[in-house]
Parts: sequence; C-alpha cells; structure tokens
Amino acid sequence: MARIAGVDLPRSKRIEVALTYVYGLGRTRARRILEATGIDPNLRTHELSDEDASLLRREIEQNHKVEGALRTEVSMNIKRLMDIGCYRGLRHRRGLPVRGQRTHTNARTKKGPRRAIAGKKKAPKK
Amino acid sequence: MPRSVKKGPFIDEKLLRKVEMMNARNERTVIRTWARASTISPEFVGHTIAVHNGNKFIPVFVSENMVGHKLGEFAPTRLFRGHGGKLADKRSRI
Repeated sequence: MARIAGVDLPRSKRIEVALTYVYGLGRTRARRILEATGIDPNLRTHELSDEDASLLRREIEQNHKVEGALRTEVSMNIKRLMDIGCYRGLRHRRGLPVRGQRTHTNARTKKGPRRAIAGKKKAPKK
Repeated sequence: MPRSVKKGPFIDEKLLRKVEMMNARNERTVIRTWARASTISPEFVGHTIAVHNGNKFIPVFVSENMVGHKLGEFAPTRLFRGHGGKLADKRSRI
C-alpha cells in the first residue's frame, strides 16, 4: 500500500496525520510537505493516487531527513558528546538528565523504574 | 536563552592572547585558567589547557570537536562516589 520511507502508513487516516507515522515527521512537517506537493490534507491514505504517493515519496526523499538517516544523526550527535568528555556527554553515559533537571526526585524517564535501596525502612503508618 | 549573535561568542581575551602568542611561536605549553565560561575558539585546537574546577586544574586537550563548547564543560566540579556500599554502612553505624 502507501509505503513511504520504509513505513506503512495507516490506510484510513487523513494523510496529514498518516505522515506523522514516519519518524522525523510531525504535524508541522506533514502540512508543509502536503503544501509543497499540492495534495489535499483531508484525503485518506487509501484515496491517494499512485502519482500522489510517488510525489510524496520524492518530496520527502529530497527535502527531509527521516527514519534511519535521522536516527543515525541523532545517535552520532550523542556519541560525539560522549567522546569529547564534556558534561553533557558524561550525563548521557550515566543515563541521567542532561539539561540540568533535578535528580533528587523525578527524572524517572531517564533513570528508568525505581531500584530498591537495601536496608531502607519504609515510613511507618500512623 | 542563547547569547546574542551581535556580541559574538565569549572568549576570555587574556587566554586567547596567550594562545595566539603560542601559535605564533609554535609552542605547546599548558596554560592554567579559571575562565570556565570561555568558549573554545578554533585557535585553541591542539593545545592543552588546565581548567580550574574549584579545587585543582584539570588538563583538557582541545580537539576539533570541542570548538564551540565552553572550557568548563570539560572540568567537572562535582565528584560523586555513589551511595551505599560497605563504607557508607560503617559510617552510618557510628
């Protein structure tokens, strides 16, 4: 079906939304792409003609970095930070937040699920 | 918020002068500095700069990738030895 940049787009969604299933495309870029190609954003994916699909494919290939290439770029950027030994790189290495957030509490997204601390007593109930 | 483009990057003038003198004379000595806030400019590449971390000077060998970062990013000011372990256990029992 409508396979763009190696991703199968959902058939029954509006193309504006369906494009966001591609890594690197959100609503803003999806809208810009549709504007550039002149395709109606309200069309459903399965209503697209083959020309439309290839038009989209070409537009994305030429003007946008998506999926694998984008993922590589991001991980290369992080790897660079780690290699030069700067503060942000050290934080990436330790899996802690990079942008100065507090770690006394919260920061669970980066740190993952809580680990139990041996010998710590639970607060008694009143 | 990033620094105004109009001002250009902040580079410690004294440090830059020293580095340029060394470049002119083709010398490589370690420079001590407290200018942690100074941006690393392309002239610094290949030099070793000892950046103060509040306690001592951490030698930083500047490579090309580091240009645009600040000197302080390469000299951590905090030392975290970790929580718990036997050492911490003994201390808490006293």
